[in-house]
Amino acid sequence: MSRHAAILAADASAGRRHMAMVAAVLAVAVAALAATGFFDAERFADAWPAVRQISSEMFPPDFSRWQSWLKPLADTLAMSIAGTALAVVFSLPLALLAAVNTAPNVAVQQLARLLLSFLRSVPEIIMGILFVAAVGFGALPGVLALGLHSVGMVGKFYAEAIEHTDPRPAEAARAAGAGPLQIIVSAILPQVLPQLADITLYRWEYHFRASAVLGIVGAGGIGFELIAALRLMSYDQVSGILLAILACVVAVDATGAALRRRLR
Amino acid sequence: MAVAGLGVRFGSGVVALGRVDLEFAPGAFTVLLGPSGAGKSTLLRCLNGLATPTAGHVLGPDGTPIARRLRAHRRETGMVFQQHQLIGRLSAMENVLIGLLGQRGGWRALMPASRAERERALDALDRVGLLDRALTRADALSGGQQQRVGIARALVQRPRLMLADEPVASLDPVTAAKVLDLLARICREDGITAIVSLHQVDFARRYADRIVALAAGAVVFDGPPERLAQDDIARIYGSSPTAAVSEEEYA
Repeated sequence: MSRHAAILAADASAGRRHMAMVAAVLAVAVAALAATGFFDAERFADAWPAVRQISSEMFPPDFSRWQSWLKPLADTLAMSIAGTALAVVFSLPLALLAAVNTAPNVAVQQLARLLLSFLRSVPEIIMGILFVAAVGFGALPGVLALGLHSVGMVGKFYAEAIEHTDPRPAEAARAAGAGPLQIIVSAILPQVLPQLADITLYRWEYHFRASAVLGIVGAGGIGFELIAALRLMSYDQVSGILLAILACVVAVDATGAALRRRLR
Repeated sequence: MAVAGLGVRFGSGVVALGRVDLEFAPGAFTVLLGPSGAGKSTLLRCLNGLATPTAGHVLGPDGTPIARRLRAHRRETGMVFQQHQLIGRLSAMENVLIGLLGQRGGWRALMPASRAERERALDALDRVGLLDRALTRADALSGGQQQRVGIARALVQRPRLMLADEPVASLDPVTAAKVLDLLARICREDGITAIVSLHQVDFARRYADRIVALAAGAVVFDGPPERLAQDDIARIYGSSPTAAVSEEEYA
């Protein structure tokens, strides 16, 4: 029985260390909330009238201009698809260079990681401003901003998926005399294709939402209409456009889910 | 424990079990023998409701259908799986404690295990000779040790019935014999009714009080191991007797 007691004591002390870690994380989270004024009850109390005012102006949503939204919505759809295509084309090779198990050497791998981090750390709205300055207003700067920023994110997720593949099939291919590229194409990618597709389709949906924001800096699509309505403070049109975007996001998501089922 | 007219047909139309009638005497060690796809797993899974029969009944030790008191039946039925089915990043003890989940109801269901439950888990690990590895992560244990944790998880339930689905199929022959020795000894000592599926004829002969052989979803042999003759084996494993011989050599 004393052996039992010793084991249970060791287990309990491990449990206490675990709890101490959880408590530390909680403390940091609470401190961050406090530092950003989350516990300032007065500000929340003052916010109520404004929130009530805006929500009452948002209701009922105004769909009277729906015909003039169709073209921008179609533009946004095109932007989201084009941005996703751009992201995939650059993400896949970069991910293969950035994943430990497919990179040619450590230097290249670290460099690819660095490039991905850099692309990720430039917010797409900043890229949008830069590309609007470079190629002018419209959908094109939006596509470039979405695509390039997403390479950083998608490439990282792709690389992680590739790193989590089972090394055994790759070993079997190597044992059969396959070269590095053959191993990647025939033993690694078949394992992760459904995951890569998941990441891509999620990103497509994200691009649809993100391109609405890019309208702020003049990058075309439904975001342009949204900003115009916001500037005019016609909140009933704002809520109408937001609902139209929601409907499109749901449609994009359903399409993605249908594609995903076929790719299993 | 009994099954009456038990049939299982999958959605695809495949018949896994066709009208099987069997009774299991209390305390006996029964080995289900047969090639893969014969219906052994399906039968075992029906015995604690993990698979749902499309025909017939599974009757518990008290003679009532298990479907009527499923949670209670599962509480007193231990199950050992071929792939161990442990959580790799939890300790052996934490894995064993999963065997006690069924005994906790109501508000206690989501609380951490009590001191008494932990003691019980350690007792179970002691029975399988793994007390000194109680706090080791399950994925750091060898295959044989992992399966012993699987047995401890079933044992901690203090079951009346022990089901084991190919418990040694993913172990090497020497480890397999050790694990089966342990399982058979514990069931005998505690008077637990055991139903264990195996595909090695050799092991079946050594441990069984009774052998039930299945082929293509039907019982093709039912009797004590000493009655199992060479031509029975040929019948169980298809027409080719060499297949049965190599099966024995493998074991």
